[in-house]
Amino acid sequence: MATPVMSYDPTDLLDVERIRADFPVLQRQVNGVPLIYLDNAATSQKPAVVIQAIENYYKSYNANVHRGVHALSEEATAAYEGARKKVAKFINARSSREVIFTRNATEAINLVAYSWGSANVKAGDEIIITDMEHHSNIVPWQLLAERTGAKLHFIPVTDEGYLDLAAYDALLNERTRLVAFTGMSNVLGTITPAEDIIARAHAAGAVALVDASQLVPHKGANVQALQADFMAFTGHKMCGPTGIGVLWGRRELLEAMPPFLGGGDMIREVHRDLSRWNDLPWKFEAGTPSIAEGIGLGIAVDYLNSVDLEKVHVHEQALTRHALERLRDIRGLTLYGPPAEDRGGVVSFYVEGIHPHDLATLLDQRGIAIRAGHHCAQPLIERLGVPATARASFYMYTTHAEIDALAEGLEAAKKVFGL
Amino acid sequence: MDAMSMYQEQILDHYQNPRNHGTLDEPVTIRREEYNPLCGDRLVLEMRVVDDKVEAVRFRGHGCAISQAAMSMLSEEIVGKSVDELKQLQKQDVLDLLGIPLSPARLKCALLSLKAVKAGVYGVPQYDIDEDDE
Ligand SMILES: Cc1ncc(COP(=O)(O)O)c(C=O)c1O
Repeated sequence: MATPVMSYDPTDLLDVERIRADFPVLQRQVNGVPLIYLDNAATSQKPAVVIQAIENYYKSYNANVHRGVHALSEEATAAYEGARKKVAKFINARSSREVIFTRNATEAINLVAYSWGSANVKAGDEIIITDMEHHSNIVPWQLLAERTGAKLHFIPVTDEGYLDLAAYDALLNERTRLVAFTGMSNVLGTITPAEDIIARAHAAGAVALVDASQLVPHKGANVQALQADFMAFTGHKMCGPTGIGVLWGRRELLEAMPPFLGGGDMIREVHRDLSRWNDLPWKFEAGTPSIAEGIGLGIAVDYLNSVDLEKVHVHEQALTRHALERLRDIRGLTLYGPPAEDRGGVVSFYVEGIHPHDLATLLDQRGIAIRAGHHCAQPLIERLGVPATARASFYMYTTHAEIDALAEGLEAAKKVFGL
Repeated sequence: MDAMSMYQEQILDHYQNPRNHGTLDEPVTIRREEYNPLCGDRLVLEMRVVDDKVEAVRFRGHGCAISQAAMSMLSEEIVGKSVDELKQLQKQDVLDLLGIPLSPARLKCALLSLKAVKAGVYGVPQYDIDEDDE
């Protein structure tokens, strides 16, 4: 019988060494030293099973989907549609018909802004987003507001890096059509109270969209528990390939929406004077889709299920706690965002006297990959009052030793700058 | 490329003690602001041209060591030059001033200063420097 664990050592929960062996790129060297990849918020690395699944599709059953009756096409269709079912189950969608494959999260959000937006938003209506959005959850709404004459409002961010929910309440009213917000900030790591935000939107009669690009890969998201209306996320941040993303939407909403792009695959019948749309989800998937990438995403979902995202989240919170402690000890370093218990594995910081790009270059010399800049979230960076930040972001394969190497690298960078 | 060699004393000196830093007293003949959206590097360059010669230069802004040091070095270089000579400045001139190898990603930082000078003297909304040019 197992003895009860008194204090959680996350390494007991997650076999990080075994996980690391699944990711071929983690074996490589950069500038003569082992790679320390701390840019997971930009994109995750890929396990060998995903890479093999893509290769296997091209090697053994490459064919277009939904079109042929020959063996290869049927195999490809089954694999591609099988991936959709895996994704649906992964986010607890009622039906895989609610899962639309897009190119990425950006396209998923644009799909809603164009299709749902043009049918449901008019002059004088209001849309609420937040000050901690990625540009992909800002610009489509600005464009929609411009097209329709609707007004765009922003939920402010507190000094501690939380959304100001009292201000949110004050923004909601009977003209609010949509609330679009991130489930987890790609800069501060803040995990937002999605259920609560959605419930308040519904109480005001508005529809809610969650940008779960950071949330799904690290913690998972259950669309029924959240009571969400739309959720967007992107394959390449969750061990899957680039070129594939997901829009999940409530079926009633999707059924009522006009198509986004027109073309093949999205129609049932086409005549000179009119066309009839295909059923969900294909109504929103015009043209030949990203077949290999869709199949790869399905395998990525299998992989995430096999490691168990709950354990990943606990592991990442322990890493974040460790990182916050180590970086707090560095003189002249400012940390942004809430305490570890309220965030995922993302840490943004600024070192007085060293521009983040110089930091990133000096860390790269030690094989450490971090991101420097505005992280496609300029309104938030402006709110923080710095021109740019450095960001380290973790995943299931990140180790405590790698975070120690980051802290040492930062001290060394300060020395180079004579600080 | 060796990052240490990127942060030689000379570069850090120009970064930490920029020459011609600040705001130029009137009259200002040319004022130009350049922004690198990728990095958030920002430069405001002011020049006074008298009898077709650059008499005084000031700049301010913020950004990485490379972008700010390059502007500081270039600012020293352009004082006393004619407008025609400024028009003839090339990418290589900036790289020679810096005297360090730069990765493609950091080349943008170095060339922001040249963009400010060129766009300023040509008086165009945007001056594109082809970074792939040899
Ligand atoms: C929170 C968030 N939303 C959206 C995106 C956009 O993802 P993609 O570029 O794959 O569409 C990103 C990633 O860059 C992100 O971090």
